[in-house]
Amino acid sequence: MASRKLDLRYFPGFRPLTFLCLFLLYAPLIIVMVYSFNDSISITKWGGLSLRWYHEVFFGPEAPKFQTAAFNSLTIALIAATLATAIATSAATAMIRAGNFKGRSFGFVLINLPIMVPEIVTAVATLIFFSAIGFTTGYLTIVIAHTVFCIPFAYLPIAARMQSIDNTYEQAALDLYATKFAAFKLVLLPLMAPGIFSGFLLAFIISLDDFIITNFVKGAGIETLPTAIFGSVKRGIQPNIMAISTLLLVVSVVFVTLSYLVGRTGEKSK
Amino acid sequence: MAAAGANISKPGSGIYAGSGVALMLPSWLIIGLFLLIPVLLMLVYSFLTKEFRGGVIWEFSLDAYDQFFFYRGLFGDEPPVLEWTYIGIFWRSIWQAGAATIFCLIIGFPTAWFIATRSGANKSVWLFLITIPYWVNLLIRTISMKFLIRDTGPLNEWLMWIGVISEPIHMINTNFAVQLGLFYSYLPFMVLPIYASVERYNFALSEAAADLYASRWETLRLIILPAVKPGVIAGCILVFVPSLGAFLAPDLLGGAKTFMIGSLIEEQFKGNAGNWPFGAAASMILLSMVLVALGYYARQQNREA
Repeated sequence: MASRKLDLRYFPGFRPLTFLCLFLLYAPLIIVMVYSFNDSISITKWGGLSLRWYHEVFFGPEAPKFQTAAFNSLTIALIAATLATAIATSAATAMIRAGNFKGRSFGFVLINLPIMVPEIVTAVATLIFFSAIGFTTGYLTIVIAHTVFCIPFAYLPIAARMQSIDNTYEQAALDLYATKFAAFKLVLLPLMAPGIFSGFLLAFIISLDDFIITNFVKGAGIETLPTAIFGSVKRGIQPNIMAISTLLLVVSVVFVTLSYLVGRTGEKSK
Repeated sequence: MAAAGANISKPGSGIYAGSGVALMLPSWLIIGLFLLIPVLLMLVYSFLTKEFRGGVIWEFSLDAYDQFFFYRGLFGDEPPVLEWTYIGIFWRSIWQAGAATIFCLIIGFPTAWFIATRSGANKSVWLFLITIPYWVNLLIRTISMKFLIRDTGPLNEWLMWIGVISEPIHMINTNFAVQLGLFYSYLPFMVLPIYASVERYNFALSEAAADLYASRWETLRLIILPAVKPGVIAGCILVFVPSLGAFLAPDLLGGAKTFMIGSLIEEQFKGNAGNWPFGAAASMILLSMVLVALGYYARQQNREA
């Protein structure tokens, strides 16, 4: 930054706007985190540091409800993300390693359909479908709906990774009389591991994040963490909600950091 | 992520040639059965007769679209006049989403530029900082915003404490609050694709412009903006499309006067309205608007390519 006048990358005001952007993104989250440690019944008056709302989350009267919801959220995310990752890996192999075939372009559109259709429309369509075929809404319908919208998110990093891997390794394996399946399993898959892992993490977070589609297809009597929190917030923001929010926030940050670090090792080993 | 960030890749070498269809089959089955068919079924439902309090009667009817566009008096026997209630809700959604897109662009472009022009390790740290809020639960982010701007929330307390205002500003349940929520929800969606475009920008172009006596801002307007346009359009689509059908921000931060498409649709299925064909029709209209936006995007991308 010796001479800004000559630096073609420099534009006056862009740095302050970047700080403003980060400030806007983080300020509300940090404020909620800080207030979750507030030792006061009133959620806006500061009454000193305390962990009472965390205690409330784990042992309070609403604890069983939120624990069940958290369990549902985590298991649904785990199942949906696993299925979506497997389906996306298979689809990526077809798109990138199987040459041209009938239905390839249509397949690509179909994979991306879940991100093109607005969430609320997906929610309506899925609800109508399950009701029309007489399927009882519940845990299973949530898993199915989540698997569908997780596929494109798992697909993106997996396809990106596959594209960056040269196929000479598999070619070599084939030359040494490996079957195609062995080449896929023993050569391509291990090389793909970082991409598959970040695809899985992405799908997992997207599933945990979902509110609107879950709200439509969950049926009565089953809650995930977002729908339970939403129901609670409709009756007013309680301090224990801020504690739960902070916990979820920490989980998301851990996941993103993990995905970031794995992605970086993947880049290095390339 | 992106509605469209990903373009179809060229078919690579065919190591597994011949297995393409088999490998695609699981995704075709799952998405076809549980999304494509449901959307088509929704189209059918929008032309059916409503059953009182949810569900449909299998009889063809244009009532849903008629209710959307026309008013025929309390008993339905007056000559039809244009019904503005629902068109108004759609119109509000469009301008709210449009405004959110513009505000995100104003803050997001400089941010993306600034990050993309950092060097090495710094760059990934900046990028990481932008990505984190993107992955934090949207519901939680919306609740944080609601908490912050409440009448007795930290923002008002703070403004009163420093003496800028003497009475709390009423922000919750206003169009402003919804706008703030949309902007806040989708800001990272604007930064990331623009960042990707700036990364690929060839700075030799800027040097050439400077050699030819272009000023900094002339270079931005005449050289840089056209070069990174695909990223800007992708960012705008990624903010506009989800804003248009947003549910959480208008529901939690807004009120009856700030109703948007998402809430209108939700009310037909989860709320008291219970008019499934009307909800399906409103969803179809929303989906068509989104497809038009995506079609425009695809055309722009093809023109660039």
